[in-house]
Amino acid sequence: MKTDRLNALRIAVTGGTSGLGLALVRALHASGAQVAFVARDAQRVAQTARAFPGCQGIVGDIAHKDDTHRIALQISAVLGGLDVLVNNASSLGPVPLALLADTDCEDLEAALATNLVGPFRLTKALLGALAAAAREGRPARVINIVSDAAVTPYARWGAYSASKAALLQMSRIWDEELREHGVRVSAIDPGDMDTPLHALAAPDADPATLKRPETAAREIIAVIEAARVSEGEAA
Amino acid sequence: MKAATLPLQRPRDAKLLVVDAAGRLHHAERARLAEYLCPGDLLVANDAATLPASLTGLHLRSAATIEVRLAGRSTLAGDDVRAFRAIVLGTGDHRTRTEDRAAPPLLRAGDALALGPLRATVMRMLGHPRMIELRFQGSTHAVWAGIARHGRPIQYAHVESPLALWGVWTRIAARPVAFEPPSAGFVLDWQLLRTLRERDVGFATLTHAAGISSTGDAALDACMPFDEAYHLPEATVQAITRTQADGGRIVALGTTVVRALEHAASVQQPLCSGDGLADQRIGAQTRLRVVDGIVSGTHEIGSSHHELLRAFANEAVLKRADAALQRHGYRTHEFGDSVLIERPASPRRCAAVMSLVFDSS
Repeated sequence: MKTDRLNALRIAVTGGTSGLGLALVRALHASGAQVAFVARDAQRVAQTARAFPGCQGIVGDIAHKDDTHRIALQISAVLGGLDVLVNNASSLGPVPLALLADTDCEDLEAALATNLVGPFRLTKALLGALAAAAREGRPARVINIVSDAAVTPYARWGAYSASKAALLQMSRIWDEELREHGVRVSAIDPGDMDTPLHALAAPDADPATLKRPETAAREIIAVIEAARVSEGEAA
Repeated sequence: MKAATLPLQRPRDAKLLVVDAAGRLHHAERARLAEYLCPGDLLVANDAATLPASLTGLHLRSAATIEVRLAGRSTLAGDDVRAFRAIVLGTGDHRTRTEDRAAPPLLRAGDALALGPLRATVMRMLGHPRMIELRFQGSTHAVWAGIARHGRPIQYAHVESPLALWGVWTRIAARPVAFEPPSAGFVLDWQLLRTLRERDVGFATLTHAAGISSTGDAALDACMPFDEAYHLPEATVQAITRTQADGGRIVALGTTVVRALEHAASVQQPLCSGDGLADQRIGAQTRLRVVDGIVSGTHEIGSSHHELLRAFANEAVLKRADAALQRHGYRTHEFGDSVLIERPASPRRCAAVMSLVFDSS
């Protein structure tokens, strides 16, 4: 059912065609937000865009430097600016998961590229748009999706954990530095969810014991709504 | 002046020539720009991101290779991205000086252009064999994706290495509407914004679709700047009003900011927020209504940008400034050094500027 809870809020989600990202796109679309989403696979982007009319699908890989500004350009263009960026796209690193000592350097680099450097580049490229939104009294915010693995040292999750730990700390520093410009940055751990990424990591896990991505999406939207009230409309 | 040939936005040795309200010249490090603004002043910047507005492809009727440089649009609206003013050049690339580039094939209304994944039609000629109005086919979404993937930043021969989009976006780049970078804004970084805040200097933005700086044709160049769309946010109007009421100065970061603010002020007083299309030329005869000072690149005498500076300082002062720029090896073009020019009628002058040793030569 469509509501207007997030009416006219301009929100971009990376990794928007599966798992939590897809659930976010669905929920944001239903909440009346203007949504752009990013994913690598053109067919899946087109399929998701068709499923949620009005949502703008952008094909690109946030792990690739050359894609960053192309993605940022399309987000700012199709949304006419940006209020909220959700850096959700994630990479597990080696699959199946491996002990850190057995992890190839290339797999660690790939995890860092998607989970840390990609969000850094995209946030930087979109910071002008976010700061412009803040100057106009809108609730500018970056939400980085992290994990409890960012703080708890689980064996075999080394590449993922290290990259998410760095993303968590980077979020804190961004927030410290950007709040004077009206842009807030937070890291959210959505919990263990029944998603394709989790299935890759733990194929034997019972889905019934896992959180539904739709539930996590609702929790993230509650954070966005709270920010809108406290930083935007109340200002 | 010598051309800045390296695509560095903030080279460590960047220089700033300050022309104070009394017409005196001071040489400074550009990184210390904030020190030459007074507490209570407002610096207004153009937050337009730059389009990759150079699109190579084919003129299908002649099968000739062309480069299309998007050069103007009547609106900033993201959902109205099909119709553009454009300059068409023949074979070659940025390494050939624009004025030496081959002419395009004979262009006619109705001609089809294939520009990478984009398809476009020449809607009409705009009074010159290389200037057209074109219209892209396909959805708005597809046009944006096509420009993003296929386009490259417009580039000139003085910078040899290919420019990347991140090399031409300022630190505050927001909506992608500029055809060439609002390069006065290259001086900005987030540390400078922090320093401005610490010095109680205000900062505000507008969005102005900065046009191209050269068409390669003297007659066309004489018609520039073309009409440029802009958006003036309400928050910026409020900041300007507050600053003026408190006796502070409005300092424009770049010629595009001057053009937008002065156009908005010519349409309505007091200043109102909203969209506009700047179609005026600014020069010695212009009575500035809003802007008290400008931070700009160093411009070559005779260019429309240099002409605009004449609204801020008289000919004798500008001649001395130009001679000083030349004598002290300032660099020109988009990655070059900068000038700060205070209008003689500025409401007040900064103690920092007055305390500098000035260039008496």
